[in-house]
Amino acid sequence: MNASVEPAAVTATPARPAKRRKPLPKPLAFCARLCRERPLGAVGALICLLLLFTGIFADLIAPQGYNAINPIDRLKAPSAEYWFGTDQLGRDIFARVVHGARLSVIVAFAATTLSIVISALLGILSGYFGGRLDMFIQRLVDGWMCFPDLILLIVAVAVLGPGTWQIIVILGLLFGISGSRIVRGAVLSARQNVYVHAAQSMGASSTRILWHHILPNVMAPLIVLYTTRLAAVILAESGLSFLGLGIPPPSPSWGGMLSLDGRSYMFQAPWLAIIPGIALTVVVFGINMFGDALRDMLDPRMRGGSGRYLARVKRAIGV
Amino acid sequence: MNMKADVTRRTLLDVQDLHTVFEKDGNEVHAVNQVSFDVKEGEILAIVGESGSGKSITAMSLLRLIPSPPGRIVGGRVLFNDQDLLDLDDEQIRRLRGRDIAMIFQEPMTSLNPSLRIGRQLAEPLRVHGSVPKEKVRERCLELLRQVRLGDPEKRLDAYPHELSGGMRQRVMIAMGLACLPKLLIADEPTTALDVTVQAQILELLRDLVRANNSSMMLITHDLGVVARYADRINVMYAGRIVERGTAEEIFHHPKHPYTLGLMESMPRLDQAPGSRLTPIPGQPPDLSDPPPGCPFHPRCRFAEARCRSERPPLEQITDNHWKACWVDTDAKR
Repeated sequence: MNASVEPAAVTATPARPAKRRKPLPKPLAFCARLCRERPLGAVGALICLLLLFTGIFADLIAPQGYNAINPIDRLKAPSAEYWFGTDQLGRDIFARVVHGARLSVIVAFAATTLSIVISALLGILSGYFGGRLDMFIQRLVDGWMCFPDLILLIVAVAVLGPGTWQIIVILGLLFGISGSRIVRGAVLSARQNVYVHAAQSMGASSTRILWHHILPNVMAPLIVLYTTRLAAVILAESGLSFLGLGIPPPSPSWGGMLSLDGRSYMFQAPWLAIIPGIALTVVVFGINMFGDALRDMLDPRMRGGSGRYLARVKRAIGV
Repeated sequence: MNMKADVTRRTLLDVQDLHTVFEKDGNEVHAVNQVSFDVKEGEILAIVGESGSGKSITAMSLLRLIPSPPGRIVGGRVLFNDQDLLDLDDEQIRRLRGRDIAMIFQEPMTSLNPSLRIGRQLAEPLRVHGSVPKEKVRERCLELLRQVRLGDPEKRLDAYPHELSGGMRQRVMIAMGLACLPKLLIADEPTTALDVTVQAQILELLRDLVRANNSSMMLITHDLGVVARYADRINVMYAGRIVERGTAEEIFHHPKHPYTLGLMESMPRLDQAPGSRLTPIPGQPPDLSDPPPGCPFHPRCRFAEARCRSERPPLEQITDNHWKACWVDTDAKR
């Protein structure tokens, strides 16, 4: 009801039909949908954001660093001074968990990105070009998948030695190769689309078809693969560190904290094991929930979700 | 206006003994068997046949779009402007696709990528072949959409395929096919998925645009009614072979091959007595991995003689503008 609008301002705005409600920008609209349809997924997303935030700003949150030894305060229970207690060397568990988050973030994102690149490359080559190349790649993948993951990991670490980048490469390779199957399947079905034939018939090159017509089609499975792999990589890294094959101490890997310190003092100072355990559980739970929600929302066949379907069925039968 | 008897025109496409096989469970399926035909400049040639007669495979063989394996072109020549397309390397044939010979597929609902805007897809042939400078692509797209009489072209360019109806999508596909002004347009059942009123519009549009561009068109269809109105000449295909050929008028009014006769009788007509029944062709098309000996049509043919079961009839000229592959004088027997 603003009557004093200047005439100049009115003429400046181009004559556009008034929209009833301005639609939200895409990412925001997606977030709104996430909260509405998958509240648990939204919680997961929040946990992921928290993990990222902690990882990035670890130095600000725990400025004393993860390795500040304070022998007088060793094995202190959680208190106002040491929120999560201290370990046998008097190091602040809170600081170690926070810096452990950074380590987890680095390993998780680097290894997952690597694995997705490998999956996409192998899957697209194999699925799109087919024939002998497909045969060759798939038999290699078969061979690789014959071995239990843990055996492969142990052998690889034994060869390369423990360390952050080694873990990234090994996990990236491991998850990348097994994930290529999923990408290949998506490519195989995308390749059947008439519009791929149509693009061929108008003279588009293979690279062009892959880039413009196949890749957008496998984007949704790739995103889902990414989120589910993130959690798996974090778990795998912790598992390796727990076995002493991962990132060597004193780096504050959650898995390492669980095993080295946690196990030795489990009865005297249970927080040594409980705190990193909880961190691990919460993070993996969060990522998994977020990943599930993403999968359901990006997969057109699942659009609307089972919840809505159930509601519709219930309405139909009058329950 | 009578282009039908015009034999003096230059031959644009000359297909000789084209032979395409598919490998299936260790058997060879002869989907296209020794097919020869030609397309003249400015002509609309129809290829008619029921599902599985090899008409689409013929079209795809021309552009070497047969999925391989399992498909393989094992023989013949495809002379386009006196150049054998089967001799070209992959890069050369790719450059030719869409620029000299374009193809329109039968399913407008799935021929467009659902995740890309119309404008970008329409621009694809132009970009691929670089036939229009980059800054003029949009302009050309608008022009094309106007040509195919799609209303509100500015808005359509930014639309996604799901926002368009089937007929509109087929118009977009036609615009894409015509984008680079191809000399030959292959339309593979362009109206099958559309309802009847839209069918007529689309076919008229196709004919007008092909005439306007001075291109030729190969119209692949199973609908003889479509053919009669829009084609200059007709090839009737059965079981991977051409069984009858002639001008549209000739085939429509004086069909000679029993298969063509059968197609005519199985088609509803306005001049039929009300309540009269259509006569279907009995039986099924033959299994092309194990075709019957002799004439492939003889198991379903009401005129079949002893000779039909043992010897395959060649495609022979019977009048100036009429060829048929049949031993029987169907006119006498009818």
